[in-house]
Amino acid sequence: MSWQRKILRVDLTAGTCTPEDLNMDWAHEYLGSRGLGTKYFVEEVGAKVDPLSPANKLIFATGPLTGTMASTGGRYTVITKGPLTGAIACSNSGGYFGAELKMAGWDMVILEGRSPKPVYLHIENDTAELVDAAEIWGTSVWHTEEHLKKKHQDPLMRVSSCGRAAEQGCLYAAVVNDLHRAAGRSGVGTVMASKNLKAIAVRGTKGVATIRDPKAFMEATKAGKKVLADNAVTGQGLPAYGTQVLMNVINEIGALPTRNHRDIQFEGARDISAEAMAEKRPTDGKANLVTNQACFGCTIACGRISQLDKTHYTVVTKPQYWGASGGLEYEAAWALGAANGVDDLEALTYANFICNEDGFDPISFGATVGAVMELYQMGVLTKEQIGIEAPFGSARALTFLAEKVALGEGFGREVAMGSKRLCEKYGHPDLSMSVKGQEFPAYDSRGIQGMGLTYATSNRGACHLRSYTVASEVLGIPIKTDPLATEGKAGLVKAFQDATAAFDSAGICIFTSFAWTLADVAPQLQAACEGDWSLENLEKVGERIWNMERMFNNAAGFTSKDDSLPKRLLTEPAKTGPAKGLVNGLDKMLPEYYQLRGWTQDGVPTNETRVRLGL
Amino acid sequence: MIHSLPMRGLVPETGRTVTITFKLFALLERFLPEGASRNEIRLSVPDATTPGAIIAALDLPVALCALVILNGVFVPPEARDTQALVDGDVLAIWPPIAGG
Repeated sequence: MSWQRKILRVDLTAGTCTPEDLNMDWAHEYLGSRGLGTKYFVEEVGAKVDPLSPANKLIFATGPLTGTMASTGGRYTVITKGPLTGAIACSNSGGYFGAELKMAGWDMVILEGRSPKPVYLHIENDTAELVDAAEIWGTSVWHTEEHLKKKHQDPLMRVSSCGRAAEQGCLYAAVVNDLHRAAGRSGVGTVMASKNLKAIAVRGTKGVATIRDPKAFMEATKAGKKVLADNAVTGQGLPAYGTQVLMNVINEIGALPTRNHRDIQFEGARDISAEAMAEKRPTDGKANLVTNQACFGCTIACGRISQLDKTHYTVVTKPQYWGASGGLEYEAAWALGAANGVDDLEALTYANFICNEDGFDPISFGATVGAVMELYQMGVLTKEQIGIEAPFGSARALTFLAEKVALGEGFGREVAMGSKRLCEKYGHPDLSMSVKGQEFPAYDSRGIQGMGLTYATSNRGACHLRSYTVASEVLGIPIKTDPLATEGKAGLVKAFQDATAAFDSAGICIFTSFAWTLADVAPQLQAACEGDWSLENLEKVGERIWNMERMFNNAAGFTSKDDSLPKRLLTEPAKTGPAKGLVNGLDKMLPEYYQLRGWTQDGVPTNETRVRLGL
Repeated sequence: MIHSLPMRGLVPETGRTVTITFKLFALLERFLPEGASRNEIRLSVPDATTPGAIIAALDLPVALCALVILNGVFVPPEARDTQALVDGDVLAIWPPIAGG
């Protein structure tokens, strides 16, 4: 089985916790985590719901491989309607929380309504209760986790919580677990705080004793781990350098968005790269990078643990930040760095600590700061409004604004609304580098054409994790394609989108896909779960999930007009690098994509497609 | 500063040289010639030198030379021994990497 076959439904308005049987018919069609959680969501919540109203729901969902011995089997997904975008939001996180929830006996927690006062959900195996959270409301994620572990006298308790940024209404607030792993995007933490739910604290000692064929599962997972270990990316590159290894190569090929996408190469890229993190600092002789770290069950271990230079201006009087904590991953390093023209590695690391401590998405935050800096350079925003001089390249402006967003103070309240709302307010909507209201991650779609289609069609707004065609277009995984070509990218994006939906829904990390294909996942699922988990069916499940998300967005009011890119990427050619002179060719890719998807010219799944997928 | 890279007969000796910027990253960092700084070095190499010849001259593990990028453009394996470097070229090499 592998599923625990049990859901915890929490009515925050009434203060009740009720177990339910998992709908196994749906499990066989939507697998788990992202897919199954979204199925419950779209069945129970109207697409027009106000994301911050009690009628919205918040679902924490594990997958069938979560908590098992499958490599990277520690993932969970938080699903809701996102306040940043108004679209379906599903944010995935690693760490240890997801596995703990599964081992407590739950596949999923569905949170509905709004508590009349701040509470946290305490789960200990089969027992669940809502507990007054007055003592931790208004405190950070880091304080919340420490407090709950002390209060319950259980250092092995796993905590997933929202921070002060969420409480203050930051629209891209995250849900953070294990101090620095996050369901980071689309504002899932904002929805959590809107429900007066501060945290979920869970202790599970039951394990996952529902593997269908344990012997076959051990063999399948062992084979999968060998593939990961033997692969140069997952066996060597990611453990040693983390995702940050991308900084220099993406800059080299001319696809590193710089200064709010005005440029596509950053002269300071090397200073904020993985190679720089590993070098000894002249100030204290220590490297920024302390070690790598793995999430539950992971045999890759790409996570970064960093320690700040104690003499750096950000922390010289703040010893509470001198310890080792979650370091820069590529996306955060880009958003806090190149997106703003900031090349101060320590300042970026500090800003990242603040994002973790108070739970907000460093991508949306950093990219919004990029828009602020451009508006400042244009004279639209002033030092008096922002509270500090904020030209491109100002590390002090970056860290100042991180602190303000964390606490919901001053101009930080405007930055906390995201770049779309901020740029509209100040009369320059075209300067928001976003799709459907969510900011771009770290790849310029003039230099990597397929990513333009990826961003434009992503169901949760601009996102690289919905179809990471960078793997093919830049890194040659599974095959090398030309990053400057638009031909063939519609099919590539669709294939990545569908496969990623299946990976996410299994409860494993998408980074396994650098070595695995769905053909490597299928035998693990087949051994763990009842039902048909052949490669063919997994591909269909992925496609079904993608279309289900799309149909929710269509019902929420999104149309083909929203499958677009900011004017800058469609009309302002790249200035340097191999893409010099190019804009993104979205118009060449999108019609073919709709056709391949079986959608109308307006981007709506046809009846034939819906019937074929059982939707 | 420009460093000379002996090519050990890998390219014809015409007497002419070109100067390139050469970069190695990630697991290949340790193969950078002496004199390199911040992952790069300026090299003087004989005219008609190819990326493949430089890989051989530095004894780089071929299996680790996954991303050979010349002036920002990927050089496929079949072109690494035929594409002659010219003055001012920037050649950068990465092992198999990924992220996101």
